[in-house]
Amino acid sequence: MKRWTLWVPLVVFLVVVALAAWRLTGTSEMVVKSALVGKPLPEFTLPAMVEGKPGLSRADMATGKPRLLNVFASWCVPCIAEAPQLMKLKAAGAEIDAVAIKDSPEAVKAFLSRHGDPYARIGDDRDRLVQIGIGSSGVPETFVIDSRGRIASQHIGDIRAEDVPKLLKALEEAE
Amino acid sequence: MSLLLGLMLAAGVPADLGYSQIPDAGKEAQAAELMGTLRCLVCQGQSIADSDVDMAADMRRIVRQKIAAGESPKAVRGWLIERYGSYVTYDPPLSWTTAPLWFTPLLLLGAGLWLARGTLRRRRK
Repeated sequence: MKRWTLWVPLVVFLVVVALAAWRLTGTSEMVVKSALVGKPLPEFTLPAMVEGKPGLSRADMATGKPRLLNVFASWCVPCIAEAPQLMKLKAAGAEIDAVAIKDSPEAVKAFLSRHGDPYARIGDDRDRLVQIGIGSSGVPETFVIDSRGRIASQHIGDIRAEDVPKLLKALEEAE
Repeated sequence: MSLLLGLMLAAGVPADLGYSQIPDAGKEAQAAELMGTLRCLVCQGQSIADSDVDMAADMRRIVRQKIAAGESPKAVRGWLIERYGSYVTYDPPLSWTTAPLWFTPLLLLGAGLWLARGTLRRRRK
Protein backbone atom coordinates (compact mmCIF):
# COMPACT_ATOMS: atom_id res chain seq x y z
CA MET A 1 0.00 0.00 0.00
CA LYS A 2 1.23 3.47 -0.83
CA ARG A 3 2.05 5.83 2.01
CA TRP A 4 -0.57 8.46 1.09
CA THR A 5 -3.49 6.06 1.43
CA LEU A 6 -2.80 5.99 5.18
CA TRP A 7 -4.11 9.54 5.35
CA VAL A 8 -7.41 8.79 3.65
CA PRO A 9 -9.33 7.81 6.83
CA LEU A 10 -8.13 10.95 8.64
CA VAL A 11 -9.21 13.17 5.74
CA VAL A 12 -12.62 11.47 5.62
CA PHE A 13 -12.97 11.93 9.38
CA LEU A 14 -12.07 15.64 9.15
CA VAL A 15 -14.62 16.14 6.37
CA VAL A 16 -17.32 14.58 8.59
CA VAL A 17 -16.29 16.81 11.53
CA ALA A 18 -16.35 19.90 9.29
CA LEU A 19 -19.83 19.00 7.98
CA ALA A 20 -21.17 18.46 11.50
CA ALA A 21 -19.61 21.71 12.76
CA TRP A 22 -21.09 23.63 9.82
CA ARG A 23 -24.61 22.30 10.39
CA LEU A 24 -24.47 22.58 14.18
CA THR A 25 -23.25 26.17 14.34
CA GLY A 26 -25.46 27.55 11.55
CA THR A 27 -28.72 29.30 12.24
CA SER A 28 -31.49 26.84 13.04
CA GLU A 29 -34.20 29.07 11.66
CA MET A 30 -35.13 27.81 8.27
CA VAL A 31 -37.72 28.97 5.80
CA VAL A 32 -39.66 26.57 3.62
CA LYS A 33 -40.06 27.98 0.12
CA SER A 34 -43.12 27.17 -1.92
CA ALA A 35 -42.38 24.74 -4.74
CA LEU A 36 -45.23 26.31 -6.72
CA VAL A 37 -43.29 29.49 -7.58
CA GLY A 38 -43.28 29.73 -11.38
CA LYS A 39 -46.36 27.50 -11.64
CA PRO A 40 -50.03 28.45 -12.02
CA LEU A 41 -51.96 29.38 -8.88
CA PRO A 42 -54.13 26.35 -7.97
CA GLU A 43 -57.92 26.52 -8.22
CA PHE A 44 -59.67 27.72 -5.05
CA THR A 45 -62.73 29.58 -3.80
CA LEU A 46 -62.99 31.12 -0.33
CA PRO A 47 -66.01 32.80 1.29
CA ALA A 48 -65.82 36.43 2.41
CA MET A 49 -64.05 37.09 5.71
CA VAL A 50 -65.67 40.41 6.60
CA GLU A 51 -68.96 41.99 5.69
CA GLY A 52 -68.86 44.38 2.75
CA LYS A 53 -65.72 42.91 1.20
CA PRO A 54 -65.84 40.02 -1.29
CA GLY A 55 -64.24 36.62 -0.74
CA LEU A 56 -61.48 35.35 -2.96
CA SER A 57 -61.17 32.79 -5.72
CA ARG A 58 -58.52 31.96 -8.30
CA ALA A 59 -60.55 33.72 -11.01
CA ASP A 60 -60.20 37.01 -9.09
CA MET A 61 -56.42 36.70 -9.24
CA ALA A 62 -55.98 36.12 -12.99
CA THR A 63 -57.38 39.38 -14.27
CA GLY A 64 -54.74 40.47 -16.75
CA LYS A 65 -53.05 42.65 -14.14
CA PRO A 66 -50.45 41.41 -11.63
CA ARG A 67 -51.63 41.33 -8.01
CA LEU A 68 -50.28 40.62 -4.56
CA LEU A 69 -51.72 37.79 -2.48
CA ASN A 70 -51.06 38.45 1.19
CA VAL A 71 -51.37 35.57 3.67
CA PHE A 72 -52.09 37.14 7.07
CA ALA A 73 -53.94 36.78 10.37
CA SER A 74 -55.21 39.20 12.99
CA TRP A 75 -53.40 37.19 15.68
CA CYS A 76 -50.03 37.46 13.94
CA VAL A 77 -47.66 40.07 15.38
CA PRO A 78 -45.35 40.52 12.34
CA CYS A 79 -48.54 41.17 10.33
CA ILE A 80 -49.02 44.34 12.38
CA ALA A 81 -45.43 45.32 11.57
CA GLU A 82 -45.98 44.92 7.83
CA ALA A 83 -49.37 46.66 7.73
CA PRO A 84 -47.93 50.16 7.03
CA GLN A 85 -45.79 48.71 4.20
CA LEU A 86 -48.88 47.14 2.62
CA MET A 87 -50.59 50.55 2.82
CA LYS A 88 -47.57 52.06 1.03
CA LEU A 89 -47.77 49.38 -1.67
CA LYS A 90 -51.46 50.12 -2.15
CA ALA A 91 -50.77 53.85 -2.36
CA ALA A 92 -48.17 53.08 -5.06
CA GLY A 93 -50.88 51.37 -7.12
CA ALA A 94 -50.47 47.72 -6.14
CA GLU A 95 -53.65 45.66 -6.01
CA ILE A 96 -53.64 43.43 -2.94
CA ASP A 97 -55.89 40.51 -2.09
CA ALA A 98 -55.61 38.47 1.09
CA VAL A 99 -56.42 35.22 2.78
CA ALA A 100 -56.99 35.40 6.54
CA ILE A 101 -55.74 32.31 8.37
CA LYS A 102 -57.69 30.79 11.28
CA ASP A 103 -59.51 34.00 12.04
CA SER A 104 -62.92 35.42 12.92
CA PRO A 105 -64.80 38.30 11.22
CA GLU A 106 -64.78 40.40 14.43
CA ALA A 107 -61.02 40.00 14.95
CA VAL A 108 -60.21 40.80 11.31
CA LYS A 109 -62.51 43.83 11.34
CA ALA A 110 -60.79 45.14 14.47
CA PHE A 111 -57.34 44.47 12.95
CA LEU A 112 -58.23 46.38 9.76
CA SER A 113 -59.68 49.40 11.54
CA ARG A 114 -56.63 49.59 13.77
CA HIS A 115 -53.81 48.94 11.27
CA GLY A 116 -55.33 49.99 7.93
CA ASP A 117 -57.08 48.09 5.18
CA PRO A 118 -55.08 47.68 1.96
CA TYR A 119 -57.12 44.73 0.66
CA ALA A 120 -59.49 44.53 -2.31
CA ARG A 121 -60.74 41.08 -1.23
CA ILE A 122 -60.26 38.86 1.80
CA GLY A 123 -60.93 35.12 1.74
CA ASP A 124 -61.73 33.19 4.94
CA ASP A 125 -59.12 30.41 5.08
CA ARG A 126 -59.97 28.98 8.51
CA ASP A 127 -58.63 25.50 7.72
CA ARG A 128 -55.50 26.71 5.89
CA LEU A 129 -56.76 25.00 2.73
CA VAL A 130 -55.48 27.72 0.42
CA GLN A 131 -52.38 28.41 2.49
CA ILE A 132 -51.27 24.77 2.27
CA GLY A 133 -52.59 24.62 -1.31
CA ILE A 134 -50.08 27.27 -2.40
CA GLY A 135 -47.15 25.94 -0.38
CA SER A 136 -47.09 28.64 2.29
CA SER A 137 -46.02 27.56 5.77
CA GLY A 138 -46.55 30.63 7.91
CA VAL A 139 -47.86 34.16 8.31
CA PRO A 140 -47.21 36.64 6.95
CA GLU A 141 -46.25 35.66 3.44
CA THR A 142 -46.85 37.57 0.21
CA PHE A 143 -47.11 36.07 -3.26
CA VAL A 144 -46.74 38.02 -6.50
CA ILE A 145 -49.32 36.70 -8.98
CA ASP A 146 -48.72 37.60 -12.61
CA SER A 147 -51.31 38.76 -15.14
CA ARG A 148 -52.08 35.18 -16.20
CA GLY A 149 -52.57 33.85 -12.67
CA ARG A 150 -49.11 32.33 -12.31
CA ILE A 151 -47.19 32.56 -9.02
CA ALA A 152 -44.25 34.79 -9.98
CA SER A 153 -42.54 34.99 -6.59
CA GLN A 154 -42.96 34.55 -2.85
CA HIS A 155 -41.92 36.86 -0.02
CA ILE A 156 -41.59 35.00 3.30
CA GLY A 157 -41.99 36.97 6.53
CA ASP A 158 -43.09 40.53 7.12
CA ILE A 159 -42.58 43.14 4.41
CA ARG A 160 -40.02 45.72 5.55
CA ALA A 161 -39.65 49.24 4.15
CA GLU A 162 -36.75 48.08 1.96
CA ASP A 163 -38.90 45.31 0.44
CA VAL A 164 -41.52 47.73 -0.93
CA PRO A 165 -39.54 48.81 -4.05
CA LYS A 166 -38.58 45.15 -4.68
CA LEU A 167 -42.21 44.05 -4.61
CA LEU A 168 -43.27 46.95 -6.87
CA LYS A 169 -40.55 45.92 -9.31
CA ALA A 170 -41.67 42.27 -9.13
CA LEU A 171 -45.23 43.39 -9.91
CA GLU A 172 -43.98 45.38 -12.89
CA GLU A 173 -42.03 42.38 -14.19
CA ALA A 174 -45.03 40.09 -13.73
CA GLU A 175 -47.07 41.82 -16.46
CA MET B 1 -66.96 21.07 25.33
CA SER B 2 -67.98 17.43 25.68
CA LEU B 3 -71.61 18.56 25.58
CA LEU B 4 -70.92 20.35 22.32
CA LEU B 5 -69.16 17.28 20.96
CA GLY B 6 -72.08 15.10 22.03
CA LEU B 7 -74.53 17.43 20.32
CA MET B 8 -72.44 17.44 17.14
CA LEU B 9 -72.29 13.65 17.11
CA ALA B 10 -76.02 13.41 17.79
CA ALA B 11 -76.72 15.84 14.96
CA GLY B 12 -74.62 13.74 12.60
CA VAL B 13 -72.08 16.49 11.95
CA PRO B 14 -68.94 14.84 10.50
CA ALA B 15 -66.08 14.89 12.99
CA ASP B 16 -63.09 17.17 12.37
CA LEU B 17 -60.57 14.97 10.58
CA GLY B 18 -57.71 17.09 11.94
CA TYR B 19 -58.31 15.52 15.34
CA SER B 20 -60.27 12.34 14.72
CA GLN B 21 -59.94 9.22 12.65
CA ILE B 22 -61.52 8.29 9.34
CA PRO B 23 -64.47 5.96 10.13
CA ASP B 24 -63.13 3.41 7.61
CA ALA B 25 -60.35 1.60 9.57
CA GLY B 26 -58.44 0.53 6.46
CA LYS B 27 -58.26 4.08 5.14
CA GLU B 28 -57.32 5.41 8.59
CA ALA B 29 -54.42 2.92 8.69
CA GLN B 30 -53.21 4.20 5.30
CA ALA B 31 -53.54 7.80 6.44
CA ALA B 32 -51.79 7.11 9.77
CA GLU B 33 -48.84 5.46 8.05
CA LEU B 34 -48.53 8.40 5.64
CA MET B 35 -48.89 11.07 8.34
CA GLY B 36 -46.04 9.51 10.30
CA THR B 37 -43.73 10.26 7.37
CA LEU B 38 -44.82 13.86 6.68
CA ARG B 39 -42.93 16.74 8.24
CA CYS B 40 -44.70 19.29 10.38
CA LEU B 41 -43.48 22.44 8.61
CA VAL B 42 -43.57 24.76 11.60
CA CYS B 43 -42.22 22.39 14.25
CA GLN B 44 -39.50 20.79 12.07
CA GLY B 45 -38.23 17.53 13.43
CA GLN B 46 -41.68 16.17 14.22
CA SER B 47 -44.12 14.47 11.91
CA ILE B 48 -47.64 15.82 11.54
CA ALA B 49 -48.83 12.70 13.39
CA ASP B 50 -46.68 13.65 16.41
CA SER B 51 -47.28 17.38 16.58
CA ASP B 52 -50.02 19.24 18.39
CA VAL B 53 -49.67 22.63 16.66
CA ASP B 54 -52.70 23.67 14.66
CA MET B 55 -50.86 23.72 11.33
CA ALA B 56 -50.17 19.97 11.78
CA ALA B 57 -53.88 19.39 12.44
CA ASP B 58 -54.72 21.33 9.28
CA MET B 59 -52.31 19.13 7.32
CA ARG B 60 -53.75 15.96 8.89
CA ARG B 61 -57.25 17.12 7.93
CA ILE B 62 -56.19 17.57 4.30
CA VAL B 63 -54.40 14.18 4.24
CA ARG B 64 -57.38 12.36 5.82
CA GLN B 65 -59.89 14.10 3.53
CA LYS B 66 -57.92 13.09 0.46
CA ILE B 67 -57.43 9.48 1.63
CA ALA B 68 -61.12 9.26 2.63
CA ALA B 69 -62.02 10.51 -0.85
CA GLY B 70 -60.13 7.55 -2.30
CA GLU B 71 -56.74 9.04 -3.21
CA SER B 72 -53.71 6.80 -2.75
CA PRO B 73 -51.11 7.69 -0.07
CA LYS B 74 -48.56 8.04 -2.88
CA ALA B 75 -50.72 10.63 -4.66
CA VAL B 76 -51.25 12.59 -1.42
CA ARG B 77 -47.52 12.62 -0.71
CA GLY B 78 -46.96 13.79 -4.29
CA TRP B 79 -49.51 16.58 -3.84
CA LEU B 80 -47.62 17.90 -0.80
CA ILE B 81 -44.20 17.54 -2.47
CA GLU B 82 -45.56 19.57 -5.39
CA ARG B 83 -46.20 22.40 -2.89
CA TYR B 84 -43.35 22.19 -0.39
CA GLY B 85 -40.66 20.16 -2.19
CA SER B 86 -39.17 16.90 -0.87
CA TYR B 87 -38.54 18.70 2.43
CA VAL B 88 -42.10 17.89 3.51
CA THR B 89 -41.52 14.13 3.51
CA TYR B 90 -39.27 12.01 5.73
CA ASP B 91 -39.21 9.44 2.93
CA PRO B 92 -37.65 11.56 0.17
CA PRO B 93 -37.76 10.36 -3.42
CA LEU B 94 -34.49 9.41 -5.13
CA SER B 95 -33.05 12.46 -6.89
CA TRP B 96 -29.64 14.00 -7.56
CA THR B 97 -29.59 15.63 -4.14
CA THR B 98 -30.66 12.51 -2.23
CA ALA B 99 -28.58 10.03 -4.27
CA PRO B 100 -25.58 10.22 -1.85
CA LEU B 101 -27.82 8.96 0.96
CA TRP B 102 -28.37 5.72 -0.92
CA PHE B 103 -25.07 5.24 -2.67
CA THR B 104 -22.47 6.41 -0.13
CA PRO B 105 -22.89 3.24 2.02
CA LEU B 106 -22.39 1.07 -1.07
CA LEU B 107 -19.29 3.09 -2.02
CA LEU B 108 -17.87 2.77 1.50
CA LEU B 109 -18.55 -0.96 1.53
CA GLY B 110 -16.77 -1.28 -1.82
CA ALA B 111 -13.79 0.71 -0.52
CA GLY B 112 -13.65 -1.51 2.60
CA LEU B 113 -13.64 -4.69 0.54
CA TRP B 114 -10.92 -3.29 -1.69
CA LEU B 115 -8.77 -2.39 1.35
CA ALA B 116 -9.37 -5.80 2.95
CA ARG B 117 -8.47 -7.58 -0.25
CA GLY B 118 -5.15 -5.70 -0.47
CA THR B 119 -4.29 -6.52 3.15
CA LEU B 120 -5.22 -10.19 2.90
CA ARG B 121 -3.24 -10.66 -0.30
CA ARG B 122 -0.12 -9.17 1.30
CA ARG B 123 -0.46 -11.47 4.33
CA ARG B 124 -0.58 -14.57 2.16
CA LYS B 125 2.70 -13.71 0.44
